[in-house]
Amino acid sequence: MGLKIAAAAGLAFLHLPILLIFLYAFTTEEKSYQFPPPGLTAQWFAVAWNRPDVWAALTLSVKVAAIATSVALVLGTLCAAAVSQTRFFGRETISLLVILPIALPGIITGIALRSAFSMADIPFSFWTIVLGHATFCIVVVYNNAVARFRRISGSLIEASMDLGADGFQTFRHIILPNIGTALLAGGMLAFALSFDEVIVTTFTAGQQSTLPIWMLEELIRPRQRPVTNVVAMVVVLVTFLPILGAYYLTRDGDQIAGAGK
Amino acid sequence: MTAFAEPLVLPERRGPAGRLSDFFWKHPHLLLTVMLAPPLLWLGVVYLGSLFALLLQSFFSIDDFSGLINYEFTLATYRQLLSETNLDIILRTVTMAATVTLASAVIAFPIAYYAARYAQGKWKVLFYLGVMLPLWSSYLVKIYAWKLILAKEGILTWIFEKLHLLWLLDGWLSLPVVGGNSLSVSYTGTFIVFVYVWLPFMILPIQAALERVPGNLIEASSDLGGTPAQTFRHVLFPLALPGIVAGSIFTFSLTLGDYIIPQIVGSSRLFIGQAVYAQQGTAGNIPLAAAFTVVPIVIMGAYLFVAKRMGAFDAL
Repeated sequence: MGLKIAAAAGLAFLHLPILLIFLYAFTTEEKSYQFPPPGLTAQWFAVAWNRPDVWAALTLSVKVAAIATSVALVLGTLCAAAVSQTRFFGRETISLLVILPIALPGIITGIALRSAFSMADIPFSFWTIVLGHATFCIVVVYNNAVARFRRISGSLIEASMDLGADGFQTFRHIILPNIGTALLAGGMLAFALSFDEVIVTTFTAGQQSTLPIWMLEELIRPRQRPVTNVVAMVVVLVTFLPILGAYYLTRDGDQIAGAGK
Repeated sequence: MTAFAEPLVLPERRGPAGRLSDFFWKHPHLLLTVMLAPPLLWLGVVYLGSLFALLLQSFFSIDDFSGLINYEFTLATYRQLLSETNLDIILRTVTMAATVTLASAVIAFPIAYYAARYAQGKWKVLFYLGVMLPLWSSYLVKIYAWKLILAKEGILTWIFEKLHLLWLLDGWLSLPVVGGNSLSVSYTGTFIVFVYVWLPFMILPIQAALERVPGNLIEASSDLGGTPAQTFRHVLFPLALPGIVAGSIFTFSLTLGDYIIPQIVGSSRLFIGQAVYAQQGTAGNIPLAAAFTVVPIVIMGAYLFVAKRMGAFDAL
């Protein structure tokens, strides 16, 4: 009984703060974080909708996340295929190398990339943000793909080859259908990770601001709190979709997507 | 016997794709190289390269007058790192990381235990998603939610007021180290937000470790007369320890490197992450910033070494 209460209290502790955001998105109070809200209104949704800076940040975030995810999908799958289908010297090192960008604190990855860009005289741009994001998105795709590759029986691939298919045909008709959902799940999680990333981005972005950077500025120097409330609520709703999607795509697997962020 | 009349070795494939496929089949090492080259170039050269370049910079120093980097090998930056103010920052961060880790382990254990042992079917899914959704929801939104909660005019003060416990809150805030003007500018606030944000990272590995504990071990312990406390102390806890250590890797490492949480919810005294940010940004002292990043790397290196010996990686 005590255990039940402790577990329920723990889960409530995890969820209530996020739910509170939903309430604040409707508050009529503009200047402070007063609770309980003096009144409720839906007008801030319209205000937020008409803000060009919010739209610009959102568009940039989506673009960065889409490209970083595509790069991570290619690199992560290649790496997973090499590590799980073959035996070679240094396999363990490669898994470590893939995990490193996410195991080290983000600030280290960020500052390392920033000083490398300045040493190489690369100006900050859209592409420097993408480069940083793709680096830590690889691990998400890799983890999902490796888990799935382990479950594909090697005899399937041999059978395909015995029946006369060449390597590309085997990949197209045997491997890809088998790893497809794992890649989709990994891609969705990578997208969510990139969409939300702020620490590395503060170091690799120039003047542009992604949605998290916009929020960070709003957190440090609040200008229009109601708009921030609405954006925060929308971000919560939008990030839930890929997580639920990734879960349903991989739930029958031996390892479920996203278990290690 | 007619089947053997066909050649045993098939003719070479035609077309560029077929020939390429045959070529890779005959030279599997080349295929491996082609597959590994792009990710290794990216991670090994771009990422590790920048990491080493950064570490190298910590052995340079900054000229006090011109503010330019002096590219000569020196340990002066490390001497600067060990000055009293900087040691204070390091100590403060490590203490915070340790308390956050401890608190997350205590809060995470019942959730993980319940999910691993009692939750079945639909409840299992619910528990799983109940941990996954907060884990993956936006980091900044989570911090923002706590800014709302901890604000002086926010919900927490309101709850204390309704319960007629404001004196308790005020008493806590008037304490020397953990207190402050309000919760959102005190160490207590920073601590709560850290625990909240990293808690899911602790729950998942503990749950994974507990799921591997056979149920009959616990029954055997109580059959032999062990009280629940004894069973926990002698059976459950030792078996869950690798999971706790695995979770603590995340909570510890993430707290060491974070600079956004203490900046938004907390006092003005710096943490390692903030020091790195300030040194590379406004101060323009990249060597000192680089030396500061060495601190979490060294601490985490030692931590991982110990964790590996305790078998924490099997619980990941």
